[in-house]
Amino acid sequence: MAELDTQLQALNDIVESAKTAIAEANDNRTLDNVRVEFLGKKGKITAYLKGLANVGVEERPVIGKSVNIAKQDVSALIDARNKTLSEMAMQAALAAETVDVTLPGRNSEIGGLHPVTRTLQRIERYFKNIGFDVAEGPEIEDGHHNFTALNIPEHHPARAMHDTFYFDADKLLRTHTSPVQIRVMEEEQPPLRLIAPGRVYRCDSDLTHTPMFHQIEGLMVDENISFTDLKGILSDFLQAFFEKPLKVRFRPSYFPFTEPSAEADIECVICGGEGCRVCSHTGWIEILGCGMVHPNVFKHVNIDSEKYLGFAFGLGVERMAMLRYGVNDLRMFFENDLRFLKQFS
Amino acid sequence: MKFSEKWLREWVNPALDTDALVEKLTGAGLEVDALEAVAGDFSGVVVGQVTSVTPHPDADKLRLTKVNVGSDELLDIVCGASNVREGLKIPVAVIGAVLPGNFKIKQAKLRGVPSFGMLCSSKELGLTESADGLMELADDAPVGEDFRVYLDLDDQAIDIDLTPNRSDCLSVAGVAREVGVLTSEDIKAVACEAISATSSKTFDVKVEATAACPRYLGRVIENINPAAETPVWMQEKLRRSGLRSLGPVVDVTNYVMLELGQPMHAFDLDKIEQAINVRLSQQGEKLTLLDGQEIETQAGTLLISDSTKPLALAGVMGGKESAVSSQTTSLFLEAAFFAPEAIAGKARNYGLHTDSSHRFERGVDPELANSAMNRATALLLEIVGGEAGPVIEQCSEKDLPEIASIHLRADRIKRVLGLELDKETVSEQLTRLGLVVKDVDGGWQVSVPSFRFDLSIEVDLIEELGRLYGYDKLPNTRPQGTVLTTNITETLTPVERLQNVLVDRGYYEAVTYSFVEPKIQQLLAEDTSAPIKLANPISADLSVMRTSLWSGLVQAMVYNANRQHERIRLFEVGRVFKGTLENIEQHRQIGGLIYGSQYAEQWSQKPRNVDFFDIKSDVEALLKLGGGQITFEVESHPALHPGQSARVYKNGKAIGWLGALHPKLNKPLDIDGKVYVFELSLSDVLDTDVPEFETLSKFPALRRDLALLVDDAISAGQIEDCLREIDSDILKSFQLFDVYSGDGVELGKKSLAVAFILQHKERTLTDDEVDSLLNNVTEALAQKLHATIRS
Repeated sequence: MAELDTQLQALNDIVESAKTAIAEANDNRTLDNVRVEFLGKKGKITAYLKGLANVGVEERPVIGKSVNIAKQDVSALIDARNKTLSEMAMQAALAAETVDVTLPGRNSEIGGLHPVTRTLQRIERYFKNIGFDVAEGPEIEDGHHNFTALNIPEHHPARAMHDTFYFDADKLLRTHTSPVQIRVMEEEQPPLRLIAPGRVYRCDSDLTHTPMFHQIEGLMVDENISFTDLKGILSDFLQAFFEKPLKVRFRPSYFPFTEPSAEADIECVICGGEGCRVCSHTGWIEILGCGMVHPNVFKHVNIDSEKYLGFAFGLGVERMAMLRYGVNDLRMFFENDLRFLKQFS
Repeated sequence: MKFSEKWLREWVNPALDTDALVEKLTGAGLEVDALEAVAGDFSGVVVGQVTSVTPHPDADKLRLTKVNVGSDELLDIVCGASNVREGLKIPVAVIGAVLPGNFKIKQAKLRGVPSFGMLCSSKELGLTESADGLMELADDAPVGEDFRVYLDLDDQAIDIDLTPNRSDCLSVAGVAREVGVLTSEDIKAVACEAISATSSKTFDVKVEATAACPRYLGRVIENINPAAETPVWMQEKLRRSGLRSLGPVVDVTNYVMLELGQPMHAFDLDKIEQAINVRLSQQGEKLTLLDGQEIETQAGTLLISDSTKPLALAGVMGGKESAVSSQTTSLFLEAAFFAPEAIAGKARNYGLHTDSSHRFERGVDPELANSAMNRATALLLEIVGGEAGPVIEQCSEKDLPEIASIHLRADRIKRVLGLELDKETVSEQLTRLGLVVKDVDGGWQVSVPSFRFDLSIEVDLIEELGRLYGYDKLPNTRPQGTVLTTNITETLTPVERLQNVLVDRGYYEAVTYSFVEPKIQQLLAEDTSAPIKLANPISADLSVMRTSLWSGLVQAMVYNANRQHERIRLFEVGRVFKGTLENIEQHRQIGGLIYGSQYAEQWSQKPRNVDFFDIKSDVEALLKLGGGQITFEVESHPALHPGQSARVYKNGKAIGWLGALHPKLNKPLDIDGKVYVFELSLSDVLDTDVPEFETLSKFPALRRDLALLVDDAISAGQIEDCLREIDSDILKSFQLFDVYSGDGVELGKKSLAVAFILQHKERTLTDDEVDSLLNNVTEALAQKLHATIRS
């Protein structure tokens, strides 16, 4: 029995030395060597088994079992160590690759649209969604489209009020987007739904006027279009644009090309109707002009005003942008100062 | 139209306070633009009379006065005004008075002499913007009376911004009529009864231009008192309407205009000869106007003339020579109806705009002249005395505007307004407006009184009904309409997409004026053709229409560069204007500009300035959206660097330019460094190919690289052109991937490396096929461009 104990002790010693070697292996190659040294064909455990020639028959199963257990133990330890080493290697690699993630990324700067474009796009999107098409017209217009066909005959006081830029007796820079109505109606019969955004020009320049600005014109012509429809569409639009339930009021006004004509005021978006500098302490801000298309306008474009009715409206885009974004100086829109433009990116 | 609230309330006095009245007017379309007190905020000012004036012992400009303010003792007041004199009545701020600006009057010593109050000017009391000395009061001003009470100063001036159609409200009577309708209050109109003649004196009136002057009334008033003065109440009403007092005769004509809306004119009878003739002018007649301006008439201007000379621009302004003066003892008074078409635009042609022309060109009640003549006569007789002759009237009935009779249909009201009004409301509202309403089948027949000459068609009445109902009370509805088809074309890329490409590539969108400075434009122009010029530019530097987007973009860049921006990328979408006025091309363009560093300053990259290939990549990205055959040709543009610019072609059509601005422009344009620009025709960029599917090949693609040796002068584009011409069904694509010159390459030559991707749709390529294609390629390149293969 003493012989057997000695034999098992020797096996135990081999396992212990394997454990030490495994624990000391700090990379996969060393660990692989350890595996060969102990578990390989010429390894220590195989050698140990070969050295057991004189073990008795009844002791063999005992020793064989112990050798198998020893092999499994060593193998498991190697696997475990292997895993640990892989993890350590990964950790080291990760540590080496660590960057300061708070540093800014490369070339991430993007530019921005002009606030007028931003505003126009939102307005266009709104009206496109309810079936309006976008129409365009020339900016150098003639007196017929800019005035006469819009029921503003020559010498009409409204002509003088337009501060028109002229090129000659007839050619001029359009003073509003309304001539686009005429150009579309000359070509197409109702039903019509369109908006016409664009640049317009007035010979006026001071703190609150620039010689060029943008308007968006709207026109809807069909068999049953009424003033209450106009009120409905514009009230809905203004609330959608400012994204709040605003009070909107309609006041009688006069435009030669619409009748009845109205101006719409919104509750001041700056002070909420309390009265401030922006609304001249009235609590209201004039936001657009509108009305039912005048029969004389239909006559000019050969549309039967008995059959068809229509509404038209026109609004100042810069004014909408100023109120939406709180811009307090109209002239900023055309200075193209990057400190201004960057605020809208 | 600006007027005193108290004056209005003399005509109609609804139980509304000022704010409610203003809201009512604004809500009815008579927008109140301003509301201001007619005098400053002051107290303790009374009417006083100077009883003596003596020099100040120690000051040349000061005077010692004794002033009677109705109390037991005279006040000693030191005064510096030059118009102070014995007997003068003036407003006196006594001790304890508070003047506008919370200026308290206390006893004071002026150069050693005690002063018990202050004699006031109209400016010091906030009645006028400026003043020339003390405010002189009428001789009959009651000494001791509170000055506010005396002039009835607790009043406001209401300023209405009238729309051009409502000239019927350019008078107190008109506004009162409107307020009466809005508040259902009765009007207390001023009496305008006929004044019988006390003299038989008349004056011949002939109207040649009856279409322009359908009605002309005249009247002679003799023996007036030239020394008479305008009564204070009238001066005050005029002042509160923004008019200065100019002597009693002119004041009366102005007063009647403000009160009733009829512009009038008074001539000095002794300065006019034989007869009045209302006629159209010849070219070049001379007339000196009241304001001193000497005009030469254009042909066809309506004139009031006598037998020898023009007297006045009818309905616009009188002449200086025949004007009433302080020596005038006899008048010829005029009240006429001039047709709006005859006056409209005329004043403007002479650079004039007067209260009279403002009214006549918008329209005056054609039936008003007679009442106005009566009213003016009565006022004149009261103020300046004299004997009035009979009213002389010339009237051409056929030229008077027709009294409109309008058929108003009930169903039309509903169709236009969107709301059915009951029949009683309609006829009641219209009747309140002064219209004569008769029920007819399906609606009404409505006659319009002459003072509502703005109402002539059915929709005019519908508007009135909507206005009186209240736009705000009308419901909001959603239109019922036909469902329309809509356009979803794929052959046009939306402009938004282009804008987004540039924004994503770091550009900011600019909006610059469409008119530019001619000199800057010329420097940047593609050719020397003249730009389209404005006849009335706002300034010389905004006087011609832009022919390119570059001048605006360059100026915006310089503006920002001067404000420490080191990296600038701007783009704009907008029209440019080419051709001539007879044949204008106004197409939209998209243009951009880059300047300074390519990247925003960053910790991991070396800064580098932008170059040609940076802007070219932006242009290529834009053009990629639409597809088509894009080429960049070496062509010369006067504003671009000859070695760093190209003309852009799409499917063989020139669509724009890109490149570095020519360095010669740096100095004149105040640019420091290199600027790269592009500009493309928008419609051509938007033009888009619809994708066409091509079967995917199941067979592997091969890549073969060739290194070509060519002369330096040969461009990559030429090689591409040459390769594109090779007819092959296996050459899928090719790509230039290296350009090299220097060591190992002969001087004057360069090496270009091109990768060829080869593939067949239906089978694997054979070596023979590949070799044969590469042979073709090398041969073609050798033949056309003398290229050799570098091994």
